[in-house]
Amino acid sequence: MKKALSIMLILVLLGAGVLFAAGVKETAGQTKIGIVNLPPEESGYRQANVEDMNTVFSTANGYDAKQTNTGDNSEQIAAAKGYIRDGVDYLLISAANASGWDDTLKSAKDAGIKVILFDRAIDTDASNYQAAILSDMGYEGKKAVEWVLSLGLNKINLILIRGQMGSAAEIGRSAAVLEAAKAGKLNIVADGTGGDSWSLEEARKVVEAAIAAGKDFNVIYAQNDGMAQGAVQALEAAGISHGKGGKVKVIGFDFNRFALRNVQAGYWDADMQCNPRQAAEIAKWIKSGTIPSGIVYQEELLLTTDTITDELIDKWGINADPGKGVVTR
Amino acid sequence: MSTMKKSFSHLVLPLSVMALLIIINLVKGADYFRITMVNGALYGNIPNILFGASELVILSIGMTLVTASSRGQDISIGESATITSAIFVQYVLQASEVTPLTIVVAFLLSCVGGLVLGAFNGTLVSIFKVQPMVASLILFTGGRSIAFMIDGKLSPILANDISNKIGTVIPGIPIQTPIILTVVFIVLIAVVFKTTNLRLYVETVGINPNAARLNGINPKKIIFLTFLIMGFCSAVAGFIAVNKAGRHDSVNLLKLIMMDAILAVAIGGNSLGGGKFSITGSIIGAYTIEMLNRTLLRLEIEPAMIKVFKAIFIIILMVVASPVARAYFTKVLDKVRSSNKRKESIPKDAHIPTTNIAVKKEE
Repeated sequence: MKKALSIMLILVLLGAGVLFAAGVKETAGQTKIGIVNLPPEESGYRQANVEDMNTVFSTANGYDAKQTNTGDNSEQIAAAKGYIRDGVDYLLISAANASGWDDTLKSAKDAGIKVILFDRAIDTDASNYQAAILSDMGYEGKKAVEWVLSLGLNKINLILIRGQMGSAAEIGRSAAVLEAAKAGKLNIVADGTGGDSWSLEEARKVVEAAIAAGKDFNVIYAQNDGMAQGAVQALEAAGISHGKGGKVKVIGFDFNRFALRNVQAGYWDADMQCNPRQAAEIAKWIKSGTIPSGIVYQEELLLTTDTITDELIDKWGINADPGKGVVTR
Repeated sequence: MSTMKKSFSHLVLPLSVMALLIIINLVKGADYFRITMVNGALYGNIPNILFGASELVILSIGMTLVTASSRGQDISIGESATITSAIFVQYVLQASEVTPLTIVVAFLLSCVGGLVLGAFNGTLVSIFKVQPMVASLILFTGGRSIAFMIDGKLSPILANDISNKIGTVIPGIPIQTPIILTVVFIVLIAVVFKTTNLRLYVETVGINPNAARLNGINPKKIIFLTFLIMGFCSAVAGFIAVNKAGRHDSVNLLKLIMMDAILAVAIGGNSLGGGKFSITGSIIGAYTIEMLNRTLLRLEIEPAMIKVFKAIFIIILMVVASPVARAYFTKVLDKVRSSNKRKESIPKDAHIPTTNIAVKKEE
C-alpha cells in the first residue's frame, strides 16, 4: 500500500514537472542553439569564452541558447545528443577530447542541424561539421617569433618556457621558435616547461636555473602569461633588468589583462593574443545566413609597449583588470 | 653517544638522499653553494631552494601529523590552500586601503577558513570513519570550483605593496620573507611539540587506536585535531603562495602539491601507515624534493623527459636509502672495517717472525 502510494506520488510529481517544463518552453521565432563547452574554471581563457557565449547568445539578442559546461567527453557527447533530440538549429561544440565524436556529428547532420566547432578541433571528416572557428597556435608562435627577430638584437639568446607538453598550444607556440633556432636565427640557451598546470613556480625555477648556470640570455619566450610572470619574478630576484629599456625582453601569451597592464607599464615587452571570443563571429554568420565551410582561423593581435592602448586592453583582454599602471611583481 | 645515535637514526634516510643530491650538484658545478647579495638580499642556489620549498615544507608538516594519526593521507591540501587564499585575497581587495592590519585580519580569516576545511575532513575521518583519502577526495574534486566562485569567476590581482614584500623581500632584511615565515612556522610547531604531549598522543593513536582509547586517549579527538592542524598548515601555505604569485589563480595554485607532500613524508623516513613520526625528517624531505626538481633543471634535461627523470631519480634515491640497502652497506662496511683492523694489527706484531705465528696457530 505504502509502495503504491509512493509510486503514485512520484508519478504525479513527474507529471507536474513535465507540464511545468512544457509551459516554460515558449520560444517561437527564436534561433535555437545548443552549446557544448568546457567548464569556466578550466582557465581564464575558458571563463572569458563561456561569458562571451552567454552575452552574445542571450534571449535579448533573439536566441534560445542552452549551454552545457563539462570537461568530460562522454558527458559532452550526451549533452550534444540531447540538443540534437531537442531539435536545435545550431550546435556549437568545443570538445574536451578530439576523438569519439563521429556518430554524434553524423546524427546531427542527418537531423539537419548545422554544427560549428569553436576553439578546439575534432578529429573527424570535414563533411561531418559545417565550420570550425579556431585559434591557430602555429600562427601565434610565428607572429611572436617575428616580433623577437624584429627587436634588432645583436644575438638572440632565448629562454623557451613551454606549457603542458604535447598540448596544441605548446606544440604550435614552440614550433616557430624551434624552426627559427634550426635556421640559426636565434639561439635557445634554456628549454624548460611549466608542466601540466603551466605553472608560474616551475617557470620561475627554469629561469633561476639558467641564471645559476651563468647563462647569458636576452629574450624570455613564455607560452602563457602566468609563466611569463614567474620568469620575471626570477629576473627581479636576481637583479636583472627587463622590459622597456631593460636587458631581457619578455613576451607572454593569452592577453590576460594583468599581463597587458604589465606590457603597458613597460614591465614586460609584449603579449600575444589567444582570442576566446568566437561567439560574435559565429553570431554574424548565423544572422547573415551564410556560414563558411571548413576551418576558419581567427585574426589575432600582438601588442607591444608601443602599440598597447587602454581601449585595446578593455576590448580584447581577458580576466580581472588590476588597473592602469599596476604591475604584478 | 648511543642515545644520540638512536634519536638521529631515523634521519639517515632523508639526510643520505639529500647528500646524494648535493654530490650530484657539486659534480655538475663546484659553485653550487655560492651566495651573492642582490638588491640587499641573499641570492644563490640555496636561498632559491629555501624560497621555493616554503609552502611544501609547511604542508608536509601537516601531512606528517595526519599520516601518523589517521594512517592515511589528506589529498585536498592544495585545494584547501586555494580556498583559504581566495578568502584572503577577497578580504584584502575589499579594503579601501591596505595596511598591515588588513593583511593580518585577512590572514586570520583565511586561517578560520582553513580550520573549517580541516574540521570538515576531520569529521568525516574521525567520526564517520571514512578513509582519509576518500574523505579528502571530496574537497580535492570540488575545492577549486569553490575557490573559483569565491574569486568571482576571475583571477584577482594582489598588487599591493605589503603583499609584494611578503612575497619577495622586506627592505633591510637580507632574507626573503617566505623563508622567514617558514622558519617562524617551524619554530611554532617545535614549541607546541616541546610543551605538549601531542607527539605521544598522535603516535599512540597511530600505532593502535584501541589501545589508546583504553589508556584514556580519545582517538577521535586526536585525529580530528591533526586535521585541524592540517587545515591551519594549508591556510599558511596558501597565504605564502598567493603573496608570492601576486595573483590568485584558482586553477593552478599549488596544484598537485599533495603528491610532493606525501613524498616528503616518505623520504623523511616516516611510515605512510601511521604511528611513529619525525617532523624533522619530513622537513628535510620537502627541501630534498625542491632540490631534486632544481637538480633536474641544472642537469638540463629536456622538458619532455623531465618527469621520467624525476621518477627514475626518486626510485634510485629510495632504493639506495632503503633499510634493506642500508643493512647491506653496513654489512659491507663492517667487513671492510674488520679487515682493516686485521691489517692494522699486523705491523704491531711485525717483529715476530711469521713462522712463530704459524707454529702458534698449530698449537
